[in-house]
Amino acid sequence: MSEKVEKDRTGTIIREEDSSEKMAVEMNEVKTTGDFDAPVYIYYNWCKKCGICVAFCPTKCLARKADGSPYVKNPEKCIHCETCDRLCPDFAITGAKDKKEVPYGSQ
Amino acid sequence: MGKVSQRVVHNFLRHDKKFPHVWCAGCSNGTVLGTIIRAIAEQNLDRNNITMVSGIGCSSRMPVYIDLNTLHSLHGRAIAFATGIKTYKPGMKVIVVTGDGDCTAIGGNHLIHAARRNLDLTVIVINNNIYGMTGGQYSPTTPFEAKATTSPFGNFDTPFDICDLAIGAGATFVGRSTAFHTIELQKMIVDAMEHKGFSIIDVVSACPVIYGRMNKKGGPAEMMMAMRDNSILNTAAEKLPPEKVEGKIIRGILKKVDHPEYCERYAELCTKVKEMQHE
Repeated sequence: MSEKVEKDRTGTIIREEDSSEKMAVEMNEVKTTGDFDAPVYIYYNWCKKCGICVAFCPTKCLARKADGSPYVKNPEKCIHCETCDRLCPDFAITGAKDKKEVPYGSQ
Repeated sequence: MGKVSQRVVHNFLRHDKKFPHVWCAGCSNGTVLGTIIRAIAEQNLDRNNITMVSGIGCSSRMPVYIDLNTLHSLHGRAIAFATGIKTYKPGMKVIVVTGDGDCTAIGGNHLIHAARRNLDLTVIVINNNIYGMTGGQYSPTTPFEAKATTSPFGNFDTPFDICDLAIGAGATFVGRSTAFHTIELQKMIVDAMEHKGFSIIDVVSACPVIYGRMNKKGGPAEMMMAMRDNSILNTAAEKLPPEKVEGKIIRGILKKVDHPEYCERYAELCTKVKEMQHE
């Protein structure tokens, strides 16, 4: 991994160099199971990038990446209201405080 | 309102099925499915004692993903199949999930007669104003002058109001909510499942890929915002002057009355006939 890759606190890649090799790395990096320590857990394998969670986040904790998928921009702003849980059509996000042992994924 | 976490919702999903699910990005069906699961989880019911029945359509893919007793039946006949289940096992809680085309077009007759009998079913109509699965033909609930693939110059039919139809047919619990108001919808589903008699909920939902694109309603988030801004609770609407309410979706429980339920009346009739034979 080169040093030019910029990551946020949750480990999702925000920006990196625009080469096809790097894009493949990004795809692999993004499609992992996510980070339990972040206030909002996003399950990228199920996300369809509709943007509903970002649009209705009351504290603007979430933001959209260039490809449309959400990421945790301001982790300290999350108030665990679980609006994103309720409105997500794909069950791909949770803002609950206690989110260990989420039985995400079927693969 | 009970707060149910996403983890509990995931416990209700069938993880051996293909996920992510079949619905398009931003489709309200997923949100409504999550709300139904939350309403079931909130009541702590035995999963073996609930059946979900559906017909054909986008919304009727729901029983594929939820881990209950499920039945994916014929187009429009979901309420007919549910009638069979309910009369055979009156203790079973039966939820019918249909779309607007499934429920009011081909299954309209089943709907009005189940409402007339006051059979203890919970019908959740996911009303996205269009036939989504078959490519966007206009449905009985497509608004006047709205565009669909079979009405490119605007629909010239007057749409059905599902709640008025159900009230006219004699349903004893009629409610309307939207896919955006999930807390209200969850509470309404719990009320409808606890209600003894025919209960129907008209869930206004969004089809951003076909209906939204053809009518320039914006993306999924914009359609959700339109639901939030263009709807009003029936208790609040009563106090407002009529010109402020005009053109808005009236949410809330529109009718709730107590009336003898079909299975109970049938059991009473059976005991009465048996007593008559003994005499």
